[in-house]
Amino acid sequence: MKPLQEQKLWMYEKMVESRHFEDLIKRAYFEGKQPVFNMAKGPLPGEMHLSDGQEPCAVGVCAHLAPQDSVTATHRPHHTAIAKGVNLNAMASEIFGRANGLSGGRGGHMHLFDKAVNFCCSGIIAQGMGPAVGAAMASKLRGQQHVAVAFIGEGAANQGAFHETLNLAAVWNAPVVFVIEDNAYGISVAKRAATAIERNADRAVAYGMPGVFVPGNDPDLVFDVAGEAVARARAGEGPSLIEIETIRLEGHFMGDAEGYRPEGEKDALHARDPIKLYRARLENQDIPPADLDKIEQVAKQRVSAAFEHARQSPAPVSEDAFTTVFA
Amino acid sequence: MEKKRKLTIAKAMSEAIALEMRTSPEVLVMGEDIAKLGGVFGNTQGLLDEFGPDRVRDTPISETAFIGTAVGMAAAGMKPVVELMFVDFFGVCMDAIYNLAAKQSYFSGGNVTCPMVLMTSVGGGYGDAGQHSQALFATFGHLPGLKVVIPSNAYDAKGMMAAAISDPNPVVFMFHKALQGMGWLGTVPRSITHVPEERYTIALDHAHIVREGRDITLVGLGHTVHLALDAAAELEGEGIEAEVIDLRSIAPLDRETIIRSVAKTGALISVDDDYHSYGVGAEILANVAEQDDLHLKAPLKRISYPDIPVPFAPEMEHAVLPNAGKIVTAARKLLKESAHV
Repeated sequence: MKPLQEQKLWMYEKMVESRHFEDLIKRAYFEGKQPVFNMAKGPLPGEMHLSDGQEPCAVGVCAHLAPQDSVTATHRPHHTAIAKGVNLNAMASEIFGRANGLSGGRGGHMHLFDKAVNFCCSGIIAQGMGPAVGAAMASKLRGQQHVAVAFIGEGAANQGAFHETLNLAAVWNAPVVFVIEDNAYGISVAKRAATAIERNADRAVAYGMPGVFVPGNDPDLVFDVAGEAVARARAGEGPSLIEIETIRLEGHFMGDAEGYRPEGEKDALHARDPIKLYRARLENQDIPPADLDKIEQVAKQRVSAAFEHARQSPAPVSEDAFTTVFA
Repeated sequence: MEKKRKLTIAKAMSEAIALEMRTSPEVLVMGEDIAKLGGVFGNTQGLLDEFGPDRVRDTPISETAFIGTAVGMAAAGMKPVVELMFVDFFGVCMDAIYNLAAKQSYFSGGNVTCPMVLMTSVGGGYGDAGQHSQALFATFGHLPGLKVVIPSNAYDAKGMMAAAISDPNPVVFMFHKALQGMGWLGTVPRSITHVPEERYTIALDHAHIVREGRDITLVGLGHTVHLALDAAAELEGEGIEAEVIDLRSIAPLDRETIIRSVAKTGALISVDDDYHSYGVGAEILANVAEQDDLHLKAPLKRISYPDIPVPFAPEMEHAVLPNAGKIVTAARKLLKESAHV
């Protein structure tokens, strides 16, 4: 399944939007945290997990999804949220802990919920997989054709939840797609030191579902493979597992010194920046650079406006901490 | 005279679930052995026959997966009633319960709710040892975002189950094995009660005064309500009028009813079969101790399960479980020392 030109341009736009979002996070994150790094300080307290480099996973999959389809994402959720169409202003506000954020500042960057586009994420590894199966089963039991996608990292494939949910989804023929974003590291531990097999996609065999490895962090290849898996789920043919080879251009979290990486690895990774590579491909396909510039400009403006919106939004009052614990 | 329908808690639970399933297509039941078997503890009997395998789903032994799945279904507006066969099994699936279900409303600012019921059996006393006999009320009651309830009789079980399924929040619906009405477990006869055929609900945030008295307040939940009632009957013979409160729920805890009762009686014994330290009794006693206008005639007392795993041999297990005799002895001692008897 090859992307049409408009789908390619959409993927490019969303990748740029996501990267610019992270770029603005980077600037804001260290406000108040210098010269001494203190995670509690500044407008963005707490851990911050950036998605730089992993954008192809999000756009290649979400290009096939409608708002009614569900996505559960990881502790590194910004690229996925943006590709799924989460309200950008409300998302930025949430990350800044503002009263008009997605949850009024109760969740923060690892706990983004947008009901309008059926997006949520969890800070606990692999634990979004069950809820994705649940969303998929709700659709199936209601006779709808909506699908669900659970995004996880490669480290999550070593969690019990991974194996339990793949099995359950297969037994129940759930319209769900499991997507592994393999960025080669679980925080500091290299995949090869933590995972018994080379390809997590091979684990699909154990659960009687297709498992496809997508090399090269390539949006078009992800689009192709995800398109088939989503179509398969929509047609009632059951779950699939996709393993995407991707790269993490930043540390596990902001402030990570990344001493665990081999020398020269970061430079090599930046040379494979998927956004640069994709732009070059689009230019080679005779898309005028001015058109791409325009797309970039619009995407960046949208993100900048969202950050402006967030920064100017009021903080919650302390009493808000006590509401919405229960419905 | 009204015809009595004597039901067990197990039957009352399945009847309540069936009533909700008939009127709400969003309700479905999932768990281990809940379909063909009707639940190891009988609380889903007859549901498969009436509602079929789409809505009454046996699951693999994969609690993490199916409780997580229930959270996703609830987010999508369905109302899953899920069984965690023994509360002791929570260790393999707690994230789905306390990080997902309990926080779905909060993390979404109230935009995504989690209308699910997690049924789970609690309690020992029948020689099943330390991985199948715990109560663990406090473990769940400690966690914000969960409602935690336990009926002491069949009438309550039906009304509380209807209320739990209708609740937009995750409700941990515990049922005590000593009250369940399964022949092979033995059952406190008092838990088998008249249960009306029609649907009714019992509020999940109100304790119930099951026996009025002026001399001492006995607070229990689930099985220990019956121990307290047995103790109250014995104390009555000694001229001590005990008031017995059935908590019905520990989250939320009906603090007012307890305080009002203790204000009247001036003495309190809390009785539960969960571990002692940081437990239900500790919360109830603290709740009373924090009141500055109560005139107590005796120290506050809690009877609970000691801080040890549940042993297998009956000589050990029965000795350490709460019983009516321990309550009677404690009540006598408190009231004697207070010189009000």
